Amino acid sequence: MEAAIKPETDGATLLDLYRQMLLIRRFEERCNALFMQGKIPSTLHLYIGQEAVAVGVCAALKPDDYLTSTHRPHGHALAKGVSARAIMAELYAKATGCCKAKGGSMHVGDMAVGMVPAIAIVGAGAPIAAGIGLSAKMRRSGQVVASFFGDGGANEGALHEAMNMAAIWRLPVIYVCENNLYGASTPVSQVIAVEHIADRAAAYGMPGVIADGNDVLSVREAAREAAERARRGEGPTLIECKTYRLCGHSRSDACGYRSREEEAQWRERDPLLIQSRRILAMNAATQEDLDRIEQEVTAEIDDAVAFAETSPSPRAEDALKDVFWEDR
Amino acid sequence: MAVMRYQEALRLAMTEEMERDANVFLCGEEIGQYQGTYRVTEGLQQKFGPMRVLDTPISEVGIAGLATGAAMVGLRPVAEFMTWSFALSAMDQIVNHAAKITYMSGGRIRCPVVFRGPVGRGGQLSAQHSMSLESWYAHTPGLKVVAPATPADVKGLFKTAVRDDNPVIFMEHTALYPQRGEVPEDPEFTIPFGVAAVRREGADVTVVAYSHMVGVCLKAADLLAQEGIECEVIDLRTLVPLDMETVLTSVRKTNRAVVTQEEWKNVGFAAEVAARIYEQAFDYLDAPVERVGGADVPMPYARNLERAAIPHESDVIEAVRRTMS
Repeated sequence: MEAAIKPETDGATLLDLYRQMLLIRRFEERCNALFMQGKIPSTLHLYIGQEAVAVGVCAALKPDDYLTSTHRPHGHALAKGVSARAIMAELYAKATGCCKAKGGSMHVGDMAVGMVPAIAIVGAGAPIAAGIGLSAKMRRSGQVVASFFGDGGANEGALHEAMNMAAIWRLPVIYVCENNLYGASTPVSQVIAVEHIADRAAAYGMPGVIADGNDVLSVREAAREAAERARRGEGPTLIECKTYRLCGHSRSDACGYRSREEEAQWRERDPLLIQSRRILAMNAATQEDLDRIEQEVTAEIDDAVAFAETSPSPRAEDALKDVFWEDR
Repeated sequence: MAVMRYQEALRLAMTEEMERDANVFLCGEEIGQYQGTYRVTEGLQQKFGPMRVLDTPISEVGIAGLATGAAMVGLRPVAEFMTWSFALSAMDQIVNHAAKITYMSGGRIRCPVVFRGPVGRGGQLSAQHSMSLESWYAHTPGLKVVAPATPADVKGLFKTAVRDDNPVIFMEHTALYPQRGEVPEDPEFTIPFGVAAVRREGADVTVVAYSHMVGVCLKAADLLAQEGIECEVIDLRTLVPLDMETVLTSVRKTNRAVVTQEEWKNVGFAAEVAARIYEQAFDYLDAPVERVGGADVPMPYARNLERAAIPHESDVIEAVRRTMS
């Protein structure tokens, strides 16, 4: 089943979705530059190219809905409403970071906006999302949980156990597979025998939907239907978003395993390009409006970087705190 | 006080905590309709309904993750492993997620989940159904590890586990389930973590134990008393947090120590306790600290082989004598 796009969206909403995607793109580009300058340590798994998935899904969520993420979480965090300041400060390993410099890139989150600190073990977020969904169901809160994973995560056993549980108890969970065609360097066709990961939904007794992961409206439409179904108590949905990582898996990856032609084809389908063309074609905004958004996004990221740079580092003695709840 | 079995005391603790706090729920395999492989949850689904006593698929990874996720957003799950041996496949969820989320979030998320179930030999259940691996969990920062030895303790410690704001590894011993003892009926009776119990006082040798080994050591102490050796038997109750002060106070008095455990001896929890005695009471020792533990073999099937693989009173007695020689 493929999600149909309903084009009734008003201009302001189209622009807002564009702005959110652009914020993620520019944030990630800035992170990459800061990493190359040695200002951000560790490694980074950038979300460049997949922005429509996070923004489209989060457009279907309410502020108090939950999201579980992966080792590639910056886009999810920004889309769910974690501040650019709190994420950037965390990447800088500053005490003002969203995890107080205990988590880093792979664990950014903020429960105040429903962003569960990212779960960087492939596939492991799926059962945790089921548990959060169970809590929502038991408390009759009406909340839903969006659980992101990749084509790599689709082959983890934890996902199988979780999707089965979510289905038998009709938990309000949306399992969102971001199929970017490569699990690190391994092509998905080499490790998955079915054509579509969404086809696996049938085995669990839940709907499996394919969305154009580079078109934010396609993703949002699929996520809306899944969220409504979840809120009606009808259980989980698996959405497979077909997309492409326009950057390497991590900062050490030069993408030697894929062709420049393939990359060029996907650049033509850049989610920002698709959305900006749509906006201009529908006369929802002018190029000047888009330029203004670009400036606003740049200013927001400049502010986040300045905040991170001027924030204090954690104190060494803080390393021993937070192991247990009472030792914070 | 009422006399009841260990498993009944545990069930009573569960019932009281579920009545006290609507956020407490149980999940696991065969715990509801079947009422538990060891009957620990007998009658609870009938009393609290299928949502609060949730029968799960045979999915240990799923159960552990489900409980962890539910705990992160306000519930207090009690997840049962049919035996702790089956928790191995769920190790990632326990160690990488439940144990770390409070720390990784900079102290912003609490994860009040209890993982519980039976440990130890179940009676010729052989290699894959007889483990406890408590030292693996005690090794992991962020987990509390509880190993009750008596019916009163299993009640009081379980209630503390449910009320704790951290993941708790709660290990019941299969051989203890049928044992009877006096149990306080007060629903506010709890036992704090990190407070060891001196089960028997004695001036000659400190004997440290937990879980099923407490009873083994007490029997050994009775036999040794007949030849004039007085053992002080300490029940650690909780491995994390660990009450070393009670152990050290005793060692400073007796100047000798035997540390016991039923699980594999190599890199076991007894080694940690022995090392801390050396670090913190070396000058008080009149003899090397002795360790008693299980044989470093997968649990065998035949009765005589199984007996040979686990420690008995005679092993404790020999170790005590070595410290006295």
